[in-house]
Amino acid sequence: MSGQTGAPEIVLERVSKAFGRADSAEAFRAVDDLSLAIAPGELVAILGKTGCGKSTIFNMIAGLGAPTEGSVLVQGFDPFRSFAALRGKIAIVFQSDRLLPWRTAIGNVELGLDMLDVPREERRKIAQLWLSRLGLSGHEGDYPHALSGGMRQRVSIARAFATDAHILLCDEPFSALDEITAQRLREEFVALVRQNRKTGVFITHSINEALQVGDRIVVLRRPARVAYDVRPAPDAGADQQGAIRKRIEDILAE
Amino acid sequence: MTTVGPGPSASAIAPRLRHLAEVIAPFVALAVLWQIASVYFPKYLFPPLLDVFWRTLEIFTDWPQFAQVLATVGRILAGLAGAFLIGAALAILMMRSRAVDRFFAPILTFFQGVPALSWVVFAIIWFHGIEFRIFFIMVVTSLPAFTFQVLDALRGMSKDLFEMVLSFRPTRAKMFRAMVLPAILPDIMTAWKVNLGNASRVVVVAELVGATGGVGYELLMQQQQFDMAGALAWTLQLVFFVLVSQQIIALIEARVFRYRAFSERSM
Repeated sequence: MSGQTGAPEIVLERVSKAFGRADSAEAFRAVDDLSLAIAPGELVAILGKTGCGKSTIFNMIAGLGAPTEGSVLVQGFDPFRSFAALRGKIAIVFQSDRLLPWRTAIGNVELGLDMLDVPREERRKIAQLWLSRLGLSGHEGDYPHALSGGMRQRVSIARAFATDAHILLCDEPFSALDEITAQRLREEFVALVRQNRKTGVFITHSINEALQVGDRIVVLRRPARVAYDVRPAPDAGADQQGAIRKRIEDILAE
Repeated sequence: MTTVGPGPSASAIAPRLRHLAEVIAPFVALAVLWQIASVYFPKYLFPPLLDVFWRTLEIFTDWPQFAQVLATVGRILAGLAGAFLIGAALAILMMRSRAVDRFFAPILTFFQGVPALSWVVFAIIWFHGIEFRIFFIMVVTSLPAFTFQVLDALRGMSKDLFEMVLSFRPTRAKMFRAMVLPAILPDIMTAWKVNLGNASRVVVVAELVGATGGVGYELLMQQQQFDMAGALAWTLQLVFFVLVSQQIIALIEARVFRYRAFSERSM
């Protein structure tokens, strides 16, 4: 069942995640008593230092991992246990492009649509449209090895948007690209999320990226727990931006 | 207007000719040595190459004889197909369950240590039907290799790509079609190439002892008649089969794996 209007679309309730045996001394606690609610249409940047458990949270929201304690709900469903119930509801852009080497660019964009049983002609049209929106017209038949890093990441963004999933999860999607390409893709990405009214979770370790992308910024301590949760005003001036940046820097320096 | 491009230049043809010469040279050397030996040794030890050629051609053109070759080829393919299907199913079960893996891995390793000839003896003792005997021998000798090769391919699949496809929440069938099969296909093709060569050797042993037809049986006949030209001609039939089947697999690979990137420099 889809969440009610105004009700949070993603809810993490006192979530902890430990790797190894929970009762043993070697158990590694990646997430510790984390609570977070994300409303429909919000674009939340989750920021933290490397190894603070950001990707673990990401995997739990995606349903690729289960919490050790607490609960995760996406549109009212447990994404791990009710895995199939969220088919077509969540799309992911990973840190690396993760393109299937045996599929062409258009074949990769069609992948999610194929999984959703969209008829061949329709999925081809949708994939072509998204490739063209991301400036990849003319590269439909190229295999991933023939594309540059930036082009491959564009294909992976097109793949995520093509399914028209309402929730978009991004795990440091531009961290492997050069700054100019990353900046351009970031702008295009934010514009696409806003135009298409998606709920977005954007994992990053860059303060600049979090400030540029997020309607809301959640800063995590290690092990993952919310240390700071802020919604910069859309018309925030340099003073407010500077204060937020300073606060984040102080938390990350602790 | 259609323009006709220039034909391949001499500089482009030369490397191809050199490559062809490099491939052919060892066989030419072997043939020359054989021919020289045929001059100095009795015919039943080293028959002239022309005799071998005519015997080979005779097998090709005489249907009852060529049917023997086809029977052997059919046995190889049936045995390999059986071993592959059982091996792939076993590999999937071993991949999904550690208990199944722990149970079957030692058994398959044990089977690998049993000589093909022992399986021939067991099959003759256990079974009556000739075709079933040979099928059993082919399956049981190829099964461990196929199982371990498919299992390794499944284990070697990229976790990142697997999770990416999984994130779309596909059905099992779609997951298999979109991810698992294309990922393991290169290893499956390699497994077939390796096992085809092995199977063509095992089938001869199986037919030599337990069959009343096929290349192995014909080799036994040639041995009893001390007909070296015949023995060579029948052997060449299997060699041709292996060469042709390897070439077919190479063609399939070139088509199916055209997505692979190639470095301009070779290793």
